[in-house]
Amino acid sequence: MTRNIVAENLSRFYGETAALDGFSACFAGGEITCLLGPSGCGKTTLLRLLLGLEHPDSGCIRGLEGVPVSAVFQEDRLVPGLSAMGNLLLCCPGTGREELEAQLARVGLSREDIHRPARELSGGMRRRVAIVRAMAAPSQAVVMDEPFKGLDPNTWQQTADYVLESRKGRTLIAVTHDERDVEALGARVVRMPTLASR
Amino acid sequence: MTASTTSRDPRRRKRRQNAAALLFWLTVWQLAAMGVGQELFLASPLTTFRTLLSLLGDGAFWRAIGYSSLRIIGGFLLGLGGGILLAVMAAWSSWIRVLITPFASVMKAIPVASFVILAIIWAGSANLAVVISLLMVLPIVYINTLEGILHTDRELLEMARVFRIPPLRRALYVYLPQTAPFVVSACSVSLGLCWKSGVAAEVIGITSGSLGELLYESKIYLDTGELFACTVVIVGLSVVFEKLFLLGLTRLQRWLEGGRML
Repeated sequence: MTRNIVAENLSRFYGETAALDGFSACFAGGEITCLLGPSGCGKTTLLRLLLGLEHPDSGCIRGLEGVPVSAVFQEDRLVPGLSAMGNLLLCCPGTGREELEAQLARVGLSREDIHRPARELSGGMRRRVAIVRAMAAPSQAVVMDEPFKGLDPNTWQQTADYVLESRKGRTLIAVTHDERDVEALGARVVRMPTLASR
Repeated sequence: MTASTTSRDPRRRKRRQNAAALLFWLTVWQLAAMGVGQELFLASPLTTFRTLLSLLGDGAFWRAIGYSSLRIIGGFLLGLGGGILLAVMAAWSSWIRVLITPFASVMKAIPVASFVILAIIWAGSANLAVVISLLMVLPIVYINTLEGILHTDRELLEMARVFRIPPLRRALYVYLPQTAPFVVSACSVSLGLCWKSGVAAEVIGITSGSLGELLYESKIYLDTGELFACTVVIVGLSVVFEKLFLLGLTRLQRWLEGGRML
């Protein structure tokens, strides 16, 4: 059974500036949660703490000990010289080429696009490759930072459907500014207040 | 006009320009030699070409080419491997970096002649070119490679960490593509340098059976034609090896980007 992820009184400071100040929330295991809040309220910092890329100055995160987490970062973070398929194979060693090809096709990438270097793909294509990478990687939880940013309405719907189909019971935490993402994913909402109001 | 013809035109034009430039400088050389009027001071292109032809018919000359090339290229490859290995170690540990970096910077600044005298004492004159090439290449490759590794995109490194990409794959597909331009630049600089300093070392050490020894003999017998002919060969060897080596590196990089090992 997927464990709950609990953020307890998390604070993170960069010098004198607080990026996150005493934030607490519980993300139910196996559920989809969307984090909403104004710019600068610490959403990305929270995701970085969940991914273990940074450590809180105070507070703690429970439920992620030894749990593999995959991610869609705010930037696509694809290896530019590798093809879409190469990027997936790099991060999803257990999944076969055919399965990965099928998943890329589900988000609308053609066979030709799949084998083109990532640097030659459009912004929307790169975003979809980053999403497929997170969903196809072996993980028990997925975090996403504005995953559907820059996608046109058709592709957005297609990609959101793909995320729901390929989630397979994993906990999903997504940062978004768009209420439509919440609706498309059928997510629970956690609103992060501005730092001043905490 | 077809598309293929138009795409080939700039290359043809460049080739014509290069040939014209070469012809121009050969003419300047010939005129200067005629102006000086003494082959002892400045051998003409014609004399150089004639001497070169006679040298190419001599087995000893080919053996000297083989002898020097083997040692200089060997020294280069050892320096390249050593420089990359030290850079990887230095990127891994700041302690190693603090220890090696000042040493590499000092090595870069030491005059070749000082190294040559020391190397004759350490290794004798037979393998002098190996030691000197290695010492010339190693600090340049170390400093450049380390810079490349330290400048690797932090966002991609975080991605590799999150997706738990194993170290070898991380090295091949995250570090290598971003460090490669730094290594290529180091190779480009140090390849020319190792030929120059390797042959200079052979001249100073009078390494028996080497190109350096031929240059030394041309000085003793005041044979400027042979000096020029040997120089043409050394420049040619340096350029050909540099082009082939850099082509190999580019091919390797493309092959890795093709993801065939994934």
